[in-house]
Amino acid sequence: MASKIKVRVKLKGDVAEVKTLMMHPMETGARKDPDSGATIPAHHITELTFRNNDTQVMTVHCSTAVSRDPYFSFSYGGAKAGDTLSVSWVDNTGGTDSVETVLS
Amino acid sequence: MQLGRRLFLKGGVAVAALLALPRALLASAWPEPAFASKAASNALTELYGTDQTTPSSAISLGAPEIAENGAVVPISVETSLENVQSVSIVVEKNPRPLAVSFENPPGTLPDVACRIKMGQTSPVMAVVKTDSGLFSVSKEVKVTIGGCGG
Repeated sequence: MASKIKVRVKLKGDVAEVKTLMMHPMETGARKDPDSGATIPAHHITELTFRNNDTQVMTVHCSTAVSRDPYFSFSYGGAKAGDTLSVSWVDNTGGTDSVETVLS
Repeated sequence: MQLGRRLFLKGGVAVAALLALPRALLASAWPEPAFASKAASNALTELYGTDQTTPSSAISLGAPEIAENGAVVPISVETSLENVQSVSIVVEKNPRPLAVSFENPPGTLPDVACRIKMGQTSPVMAVVKTDSGLFSVSKEVKVTIGGCGG
């Protein structure tokens, strides 16, 4: 399955500006199915990890209060063209997704 | 016999140190008690060991005055404080106030943004942890339509 994470990285000198958007329902566990009235179980990303080559540059811990199809942005120093940025997440049901992008 | 016991103990210590090392390096276990907390002060205590924060004008919290749709509220946090280790966003009146927590390794800039859900009008607090303590800034966000389902 193709990755459902989109990443854009802008290099400004040695600072990489990362913007990322991923597809995930981020169910809170409080919503009810409008037809059956059954509670929809929580299904949300718990941890999102960014690595530049093999160095961890950011970890994000998420609750159910992060919006559907989450968007995150941050910046880190010490980056250069040719570095590989990898983005990966795990959710509370054990699902995962990841993507790699080469800085340019 | 004695020697065998010594060796065994040393081996045990070495293995324990090896096991502890990656955890300490990554520090990345999902802090479930903090996210499950139903009060902002409990969440902060679970996450950082204390709920005492110093108000700081060096943090800029970007949040809308009025969020028309509580399901998507853009939040950004930027600070000129140095040696930032962690940035968290706490929505006081959400059922579970701790929304998101960023762990900044050295070299990562304290400039983050994301989109969160808000159930109702509430103060939103950005908490920044540096090596000299916890700092915070708070802003009221009015929500027209809640975004926590129900």
